Amino acid sequence: MAMNNLLIAIIARDLRLAWRRRSDVLGTLFFFIIVVSLFPLGIGPETALLRTIAPGILWVAALLATMLSLNRLFAADYADGTLEQLAIAPHPLAITALGKIIALWISTGLPLVILAPILGLQFDLPADALLTMTLALLIGTPILATLGAIGAGLTLGLRGGGVLLALLILPLYIPVLIFGAGAVEAVIHGVSPSGHLSLLAAGLILSLAFAPWASAVALRIALD
Amino acid sequence: MDWGTFFDMGGRGFYVWGSYIVTAIVMIGELMLLRNRRRILERHEDE
Amino acid sequence: MNWLKYSAPQTFYPLADTLVPLFAWPAAILTLIGLYIGFFVAPTDATQGEVYRIIFIHVPAAWMSMVIYLAMAFWAALGLIMNTRLSFMMAQALAPTGAMFTFVALWTGAFWGKPTWGTWWAWDARMTSELILLFLYVGYMSLTAAIEDTRRADRAGALLAIVGSINIPIIYFSVKWWNTLHQGASVSLTKSPSMAKTMLLAMLIMTFAFWAYSIAASLMRLRCIVREREKQAQWLNEAKE
Repeated sequence: MAMNNLLIAIIARDLRLAWRRRSDVLGTLFFFIIVVSLFPLGIGPETALLRTIAPGILWVAALLATMLSLNRLFAADYADGTLEQLAIAPHPLAITALGKIIALWISTGLPLVILAPILGLQFDLPADALLTMTLALLIGTPILATLGAIGAGLTLGLRGGGVLLALLILPLYIPVLIFGAGAVEAVIHGVSPSGHLSLLAAGLILSLAFAPWASAVALRIALD
Repeated sequence: MDWGTFFDMGGRGFYVWGSYIVTAIVMIGELMLLRNRRRILERHEDE
Repeated sequence: MNWLKYSAPQTFYPLADTLVPLFAWPAAILTLIGLYIGFFVAPTDATQGEVYRIIFIHVPAAWMSMVIYLAMAFWAALGLIMNTRLSFMMAQALAPTGAMFTFVALWTGAFWGKPTWGTWWAWDARMTSELILLFLYVGYMSLTAAIEDTRRADRAGALLAIVGSINIPIIYFSVKWWNTLHQGASVSLTKSPSMAKTMLLAMLIMTFAFWAYSIAASLMRLRCIVREREKQAQWLNEAKE
């Protein structure tokens, strides 16, 4: 099917570009690590307290790191005119957007998912909590990427874009934060996280269905 | 009720009037800003 | 009557001139009546004493903050579907008034909370959702202000407003869930006093007053926006010659 070929082609291209600029990707990951470390430094090393706040911290840091990575989604292609070519091309812009989102998640989101449980050890989280954390981020970070793409499309090429993007997108991230961190907290308290994870999964399906299309609309508004 | 009771509001006058006065300031402020905006436009149109 | 002609900004302008006083006067009168009933007719509350009288602005402001956002999203959607400039301008005209009422709801909520429940801010579901609504308003106004091209600003803002309005119920339910989970004893921080009829009446009258005020203020702002854009278009045309 032509659509699948197109999607894979876009994902491959963006991953190749991300590899060429892998210092950017690594930068985002180190940002994640630094932000996570800031909280204990600001709050104190008391183990019990850190264990309580760990899910929230890891998730907030993941939100911020994702947001920083979003300017890699469209900006480079916009600057050199590739984006306009992609918009005029006969295939749906939504598929292009979806491909770029998937590539962004693979290059930035997936490493976060892998890093987080390691950082979770610094907070003395038990094994089942770490597992839930990984699972929740696995489902949640794609949502962050897809929703973020809408913001990235809206703020394309604007001065002060990064801060503006944060302003627009962070409120929309709040439900993901609540249920993502909530899942881990549930496990810590001995309750099943299945409710939270199911809601996150539902959110993922919905955002994959609508957000690429909304990002395409945003891109067309910015490009016209 | 008499004026004394009115201002006192059961000892909570600060909170009641703090709410009403700030609301009034904000709403009247909005109207004044709009009036200024209109005045600037009219001034430029006369030029 | 051909209503569609009013979607042209120049035709709409004289209509706005007629409408503003038509809503402004009732707003003022209803406010006076509402506050009179609220302070001089409604009785002292059994549990909260006199301080409950803050609800006569708190609740109407909170309602307006939500209604105005929905109205914004409605005009935004109308603009995107029918491509009428005036619809976009109406959305932009509504935003500051909506943000204003959101602020009032938060401020009066804090001033009600401190004497009643001992704290200026408690992370309860409704106040937290109201705070997030303020963020949504600020986001919309920041985005439209950051884009210089008016057409792009209108349409980008419109998409953001629509995405935001879809998210509002999701945000509200997730915050509500978050709050019930984390609160130990269930203290319903936003339970209003059991309402005497006069209290309810005063609150309803104030709601209508705020609603009329919102329409008058938004139309006043809309007039300014129409004129500013006409001037901009004129200036651009002259620059081209």
